[in-house]
Amino acid sequence: MSTEAPATDAPLSPDPSGWEMVIGLEVHCELRTATKLFCGCRNEFGSPANTNVCPVCLGLPGSLPVINQMAVEYAMRIGLALHCHVEPSIFHRKNYFYPDMPKDYQVSQYDQPINLDGWLDLPGGTRIGIERAHMEEDTGKTTHVGGGGRIHDAGYSLVDYNRAGVPLVEIVSRPDLRSSADARSYVDELRSVLVATGASDGKMEEGSLRVDANVSVRAAGSAELGTRCEIKNMNSLRSLGRAIEYEAARQIALLSDGGRVVQETRHWNEAEGTTRSMRSKEEAFDYRYFPEPDLVPLAPSASWVAAVAYALPPMPAERRARVAAATGLDGDSDSVVTVVRLDLDSFVMAAVDVGADGALAVRRLANEVAAHLDGARPLDPDAFCRLLLLESQGKLTTAQAREVLRRLLSQGGSDPAAVAAALGFEAMGAGDLGDAVDGVIAANPAEWARFAAGEDKLQGFFIGKVKAATAGKADLKAVSALLRERRA
Amino acid sequence: MSGMPARISRADVAHVARLARLDLTDDELERFTDQLGAVLEHARDVEALDTEGVPPTAHPLPLRNVLREDVVTPSLDRDEVLAQAPEAEADRFKVPRILGDA
Repeated sequence: MSTEAPATDAPLSPDPSGWEMVIGLEVHCELRTATKLFCGCRNEFGSPANTNVCPVCLGLPGSLPVINQMAVEYAMRIGLALHCHVEPSIFHRKNYFYPDMPKDYQVSQYDQPINLDGWLDLPGGTRIGIERAHMEEDTGKTTHVGGGGRIHDAGYSLVDYNRAGVPLVEIVSRPDLRSSADARSYVDELRSVLVATGASDGKMEEGSLRVDANVSVRAAGSAELGTRCEIKNMNSLRSLGRAIEYEAARQIALLSDGGRVVQETRHWNEAEGTTRSMRSKEEAFDYRYFPEPDLVPLAPSASWVAAVAYALPPMPAERRARVAAATGLDGDSDSVVTVVRLDLDSFVMAAVDVGADGALAVRRLANEVAAHLDGARPLDPDAFCRLLLLESQGKLTTAQAREVLRRLLSQGGSDPAAVAAALGFEAMGAGDLGDAVDGVIAANPAEWARFAAGEDKLQGFFIGKVKAATAGKADLKAVSALLRERRA
Repeated sequence: MSGMPARISRADVAHVARLARLDLTDDELERFTDQLGAVLEHARDVEALDTEGVPPTAHPLPLRNVLREDVVTPSLDRDEVLAQAPEAEADRFKVPRILGDA
């Protein structure tokens, strides 16, 4: 089988005008349970190979699966957070021969999934439909040996079944996305929803979030759907965007040339930046789904569903709205989106509560704090708030406050005033500042005459001189005010 | 009303056998086509019944929501597990190359 198409079967600089992309995404999310979906083996990334295996997940004869209650609860949290209905559901066997599943079938949900028909709103307001979010088990991990690790040339493969049976929820969007930027924004937003529910750690790099894209193109304005291809193997948001762009361009080139798109699965090759056909044309996959006879139906009671819904924490969109209301900023602005995605919005609320400048808090969090999140000391919310107050009261300049914040982030600490003192950042009194401004004016009489005559662009010149003369200790807003005062 | 084809053909049986990775001889194909045809005949008898208003039944047991707590239980000993495999390498199951004539 597997006749492979050439890597590039169309020129890739077609004219995209007049065409529209239609994209739907399938996101597989590993659930953060302690154990697997159908057995008590540990669900843990990074364990030594084949140490989390038992008769159930190895498919040994006579073993029987039992559903993990926590996996059901997580699946419902995800469904409810995406405004789906929780439905009575059953499991099916998806039959196929591939050694990543020792049973030769994967247990999944087919025509009666647990969550149906919801939506996700992207920052900016676009609503993306969610067709379903169903439960299934993950597969084992295969490593191809020989032939440089490529599946086609491999001499043999090695299989680790630690991941086989790990619970997944697959979230299937409707084909409502219209660009690679939309697709990335959807995955970003979905990831923060999944993390907010507590069901997922959202780590794309560890494979706990995996995205497949269904891509088609059509004449702009057309209501019909074109033939789609399913693209697999993107392991970052960046590759998702690249793969969609490549695939859409490939299809536009084909269609512009009078050809047609064949519905198939294509594999994204990160190094080449191309997609290629994975399967031979006559071998349309026939999974022969049938109801899993070893599992009885799942029908969460109304009270269980209500309890899960009640316990859901606020989702990112609601948290952005709260930040917006507290700070006066636009809830869809990049900085507010970033602050909520990084789970830093509680700092904004704490700052507003103590009377600090909320918009300033958002700015610091989206910039300095966001840049120091990895491997940094946890930031003390109290210290953060007091630092904001020192700055807005003029006791520290912007530059000094940012430096103190970087110290707090890299070295910890709960007293920003002490950190500032240790750095030699003393509050510059109004008198000293006035002297510094007067000194600079006296040293630059020609420029001052022009500024006094109304040449406003020289304000920056004077501010720069004062900044240098005070070694960065001057509050630049106060300096501007003083300059205007002296000119008047 | 009936969703079933008139008769199962030899080609249908060959297709299903291929999906199940069964290598059948011509004689076997002949025999299994007859046998599966008889099974489907029986299903056709059942299909003649009036099932209006009867929900599809995926399971004969009057049970729902059989669940277990999310508590870790001991896994198997790796050496013992790998000893059952035809071949193992680097603590993993060793399997023939995956694509190709399966």
